[in-house]
Amino acid sequence: MTANVSTDAGRNATRPASLVHRSNWPERLAEGAVKGVALLSIAAVVLILLFVGKDALPVLLDPEVQKEVSFSSLFAPIAGSGFMWQPVSLTPKYNIVPLLVGTLKVSAIALLFAVPLSVLAAVFVSELAGKRTREIVKPAIELLAGIPSVVVGFFALVVLAGWVQRVFGTEHRLNALVAGLALSFAVCPIIFSVSEDALRAVPDSYRAAALALGSTRSQMILRVVVPAAAPGIAASVVLGFGRAIGETMIVVLASGNAALLGWSWGTSTRTVTATIAQELGEVVVGSPHYHVLFFLGAVLFVCTLGVNLTGERIVHGMRRKLGGGS
Amino acid sequence: MTATALPTPGGAPGARSLTTRGKAGDRVLSTLTTVATVTILVMLGVILVDIALGGAKVISWEFLSADPREGMTAGGIFPAIFGTVALTLLMTVAAVPAGVATAVYLSEYASRDALLPRLVRVCIANLAGVPSVVFGLFGLGFFISAVGRGIDRAAFGGRLTYGQPSLVSAALTLSILTLPVVVVATEEAIRAVPLELREASLALGATKFQTILRIVLPEALGGILTGGILAVSRGAGEVAPIMFTGAAYFLPSLPLHLNDQFMNLGYHVYVLATQSPDVDRTKPLLYGTVLVLLVLTFLLNLVAILIRLRTRRRLRAGA
Repeated sequence: MTANVSTDAGRNATRPASLVHRSNWPERLAEGAVKGVALLSIAAVVLILLFVGKDALPVLLDPEVQKEVSFSSLFAPIAGSGFMWQPVSLTPKYNIVPLLVGTLKVSAIALLFAVPLSVLAAVFVSELAGKRTREIVKPAIELLAGIPSVVVGFFALVVLAGWVQRVFGTEHRLNALVAGLALSFAVCPIIFSVSEDALRAVPDSYRAAALALGSTRSQMILRVVVPAAAPGIAASVVLGFGRAIGETMIVVLASGNAALLGWSWGTSTRTVTATIAQELGEVVVGSPHYHVLFFLGAVLFVCTLGVNLTGERIVHGMRRKLGGGS
Repeated sequence: MTATALPTPGGAPGARSLTTRGKAGDRVLSTLTTVATVTILVMLGVILVDIALGGAKVISWEFLSADPREGMTAGGIFPAIFGTVALTLLMTVAAVPAGVATAVYLSEYASRDALLPRLVRVCIANLAGVPSVVFGLFGLGFFISAVGRGIDRAAFGGRLTYGQPSLVSAALTLSILTLPVVVVATEEAIRAVPLELREASLALGATKFQTILRIVLPEALGGILTGGILAVSRGAGEVAPIMFTGAAYFLPSLPLHLNDQFMNLGYHVYVLATQSPDVDRTKPLLYGTVLVLLVLTFLLNLVAILIRLRTRRRLRAGA
């Protein structure tokens, strides 16, 4: 018995030794139940994939649906009308290129503002701020993540849009710039936390070595700490991008929602998420339009999945490298 | 000799220049980073102050306790508050036990490098990254069309009961969305419980499950509470997942059954802001609704962050 416990502890030092081998059915039942519940999260991901995919696939496979829409008509310009998203008309046009461009445009604007601000703030909090400042600033920025996106969207619609129009004199009151700015509110906390974690993961021996060699604080930060944390900072940007393309309520309220193709930041813009949010409520279940909206959802799901997996992988790789190096 | 350890760019004077130029660099960097930090905090402040000022004028007992009147341009938002609370409570009932069990599995039962727990971790991380509108599509396709219609066929002879947007399908959809929040907070708390406590319990003859139930979970209660609060705060503010799964713009009566539709603060803001024909008349009410929603989610968040900060400080003091 004791031998059993000690080998178990030896094999797995972080866990308390347990009486694993005593056959005790309530124990096994409890373990089985806990494990069963844990598997729900795997089931959830699989079910999301299955059930969003199930209603998206008719776009590619169902001949009835394909009378109105096909894979190529989703992406290639339609004869006579070009790239056009106009699902409610005599001859519905489902070209998703304007929506994809809209999403990329708004996300790019959001990152343009959020990345420099959040990374610099992360450097400040992790390297320069005193302990007391850090303990106020860090939770405050995390609080920004706690504001519901519909609230940020409302603020953008009612207040920010007016400011932007006064400063830039944009053609449309609601446009890609307003949506991008509002979206950067939502993206900042993610980029900040992941970057800050990455900077803090750099061992203090690096800093000590740099200072001992006579570098100033700014040299130490810019040439030693930031390069060492660079993968984590890159991951923060990737994860921020993932958040930006998936955000719905902010862009629904702030972007103006006209599906115009173009890269201008001052025009009304429609994103993938906003299209789903606004149109799914009014669509006939099982119609081609319905399936195209699920197809958009599936595209979104796959994109964010890829983006997030990439981000996670970079973070883990960096942690392993820094952990092994110190 | 240690030059190789420092990534000094080629040609730069490197570590030798401890001159005024270096000090100026320090000042520039610290100014830049301070400005960036202050900018983010000002953004936060501007939103909060604007909504607090705009909303405070509207908030009254009548606003909080009465039904909307005159096409949503007068009266109160009580049904939306009620619906939001009912929705998040129901969501918590599903998400917290599932999240805690998952965290217990990951930290107490599974060995760290086995395939299954790693897969669970990847799935949790991905659930946290799935866009909320995709959860809405999933809720519609799974909980309403597949499960709900299935129940209707099996138990209600095909009469539409659960196969339509409802409180329960919206709550279940939200519970999947908030599951990662609960798991992450709980796991952190469980891992912070000292090993000695478990060893003492096991040494006294308690079984593993008894140890988890009576020692580990009570010790980790603060973290579990934090996770639950964060989940409620997140769930109360989400709109995209519930707009196709159960939220309604206006209902004459409160939702009293699981398969009733419900009103919701966030959805109310969305519809009022986008589809109202008379924005100037609804604007004060909008501000009021946004303030109520913000206070609800924000206070919960603040409480959770404070609890977490205290636990972390206690841990660091103990270590």
